[in-house]
Amino acid sequence: MVQKTDHPLSKYLREDMMPHIWCGGCGNGIILNCFAHALDELKMDLDKLVVISGIGCIGRMAGYTNTDSFHTTHGRSIAFATGVKLASPELEVVIASGDGDLFAIGGNHFIHAARRNIGLKVICANNFIYGMTGGQLGPTTPLESLTTTSPYGNSEHPFNLVHLATAAGAIYVARWTTLHVRMLTQSIKKMLQKEGFCFIEVVSPCPEIFGRHNKMRTGLDMMEWFKKASVVGNFSDPAKAEITPERIVVGEFVDMEKLSYEKLFHEKIAQINEKAIQ
Amino acid sequence: MKIPTKRSLLTGAHFMNGDVACAEGAIAAGCRFFAGYPITPATEIAEHLSERMPEFGGIYIQMEDEIASMAAVLGASYAGLKAMTATSGPGFSLMQENIGLAVMTEAPCVIVDIMRGGPSTGQPTLPGQQDVMQARWGSHGDYATVALAPSSVQEMFDLTVEAFNMSETYRVPAMLLGDEIVAHMYEKLVIPPPDKLNVVNRKRPVVSRDEYLPFMPDADLVPPMACFGEGYHFHATGLTHNERGYPQTQSSAVQEKLVRRLCDKIRKNDDKIIRVKETMLEDADVVVVAYGIVARAALSAVRKARENGVKAGLLRLVTLWPFPEKRVAEIAEQAKTIIVPEMNCGQMVLEVERAAKKTPVKFLSKLGEEPHTPAEILEAIRRGC
Repeated sequence: MVQKTDHPLSKYLREDMMPHIWCGGCGNGIILNCFAHALDELKMDLDKLVVISGIGCIGRMAGYTNTDSFHTTHGRSIAFATGVKLASPELEVVIASGDGDLFAIGGNHFIHAARRNIGLKVICANNFIYGMTGGQLGPTTPLESLTTTSPYGNSEHPFNLVHLATAAGAIYVARWTTLHVRMLTQSIKKMLQKEGFCFIEVVSPCPEIFGRHNKMRTGLDMMEWFKKASVVGNFSDPAKAEITPERIVVGEFVDMEKLSYEKLFHEKIAQINEKAIQ
Repeated sequence: MKIPTKRSLLTGAHFMNGDVACAEGAIAAGCRFFAGYPITPATEIAEHLSERMPEFGGIYIQMEDEIASMAAVLGASYAGLKAMTATSGPGFSLMQENIGLAVMTEAPCVIVDIMRGGPSTGQPTLPGQQDVMQARWGSHGDYATVALAPSSVQEMFDLTVEAFNMSETYRVPAMLLGDEIVAHMYEKLVIPPPDKLNVVNRKRPVVSRDEYLPFMPDADLVPPMACFGEGYHFHATGLTHNERGYPQTQSSAVQEKLVRRLCDKIRKNDDKIIRVKETMLEDADVVVVAYGIVARAALSAVRKARENGVKAGLLRLVTLWPFPEKRVAEIAEQAKTIIVPEMNCGQMVLEVERAAKKTPVKFLSKLGEEPHTPAEILEAIRRGC
């Protein structure tokens, strides 16, 4: 039995799985908190919600959410979720995963799910690093950052995730930092009410193994960076929203309507059978 | 979502190829989800299902690769549908990752591997039996699954149904290891009416939502399965987990209990799973052990040998995994020689040798375009007696 406490959001959490594994100063708890608030404000039917994640620190979020949940292999959350959403289009399918999981090992699945416009709601915790394995460089690590596998400074150009998601066809694209809790909660709510492939990037602090190598030793130092560098640029050009030490463009970048894959496919099934019955 | 469908399961006699027979077998078994990626010589399964699935309200999706295909199959299985994919060697390699996830999360699903010549891209349009060990050990870690080897178009249908039944019964990925010849040849196929077909569905929870433990097994070592959206709020993970499904990555006791059970649910039920076909084994001095397309040439050779007065017999392996170790050992006790013809450099022969103990086992290897001819196997029988 999940132990119930008096906290208004406790019904959204698997309290018997606590304490969580996240380090002090990590942003993942903030993301989970915003997600729980969004569910609460929308009065979501938890029986019809599935949370799916890949491997990595934020990947444990599926386990902490008191819904049906599945923790897949590394990078495969979107592919697994595609099967779920097509098989049961009435379910709300949310993916919570990290930048390495979704954009390195899982990058191909991300762009194809966005292209198909399958109704998956993706929350990406971007901490610029592989946290769970101890701080190696990843597809979003800024140039020249020090990581355990770029001890001389990173020579790889990072992905601009909101630009990538937009180009691949996502119908809703937003970026916030964990400092922007209200906007993030609003974005999650908005995404949960849309039909099609939606993406929210949450720039999230990892002081333990990203920050401390890069002159931001504490969670607070990283939040200071987010505060100083964030610029709200709603519906600005995502191509120009690269994250640099000086500038993090946050806001909504895309909010449009497009028929979802599952709707198109299931309508086709209905048509084929109606024709056959006539 | 309830969609009106024109239910038109095929019945009666047909003339079709093995890939199409497999696809029809899947539909007859209740499969309503296919995810795959085009690959020779399995593409016809995907093509046929892209047309047929929607007629039954089922899903066909072409994924971006075989890794994604296997993952989507697991998602659909957990959403409550019987689900499958079909591929050949290169795709089978990519699927191994999530076959392991299917084992760990006990997701019923069927993987059809139409074997072609390997390694790597190999010979896409030619047959092979080179994925036999990969079907057993391809994903990392210890596990046991089920693999069946059809040797006719009829069996491409029958064993696809059987693979679904076994995957649903034991909550394992079940594999159908066909080869390019059984997949592409045309033969007569007789499909029984739906009410005469044995179709098994997964065990469902009988306890209340609060009491449900998703990985608590029954006496048969298989846990009943709830699906997404039914209100059970269960968690599943590829990490080592307890009966509640929660990760237990530091406990040796949990690892011991879980992984042991995942292997034992197949090992301890192998009497119910194993299928072999025995021909003239009662007094056989020379026993041919074969499977798939090669078993047909072997049958012809054994009959010919009998005509020539040689006491030959055939043990055809319908189940490759679990391997019929006990039966092979019994047969080896009375036989003077065992001959194993395979279209690889020696895979199942290793298992036969292990089970046969002191009885000499002769391996007849062949690679490339053609399987063994009856004459080649007959010659081996003659030399063996």
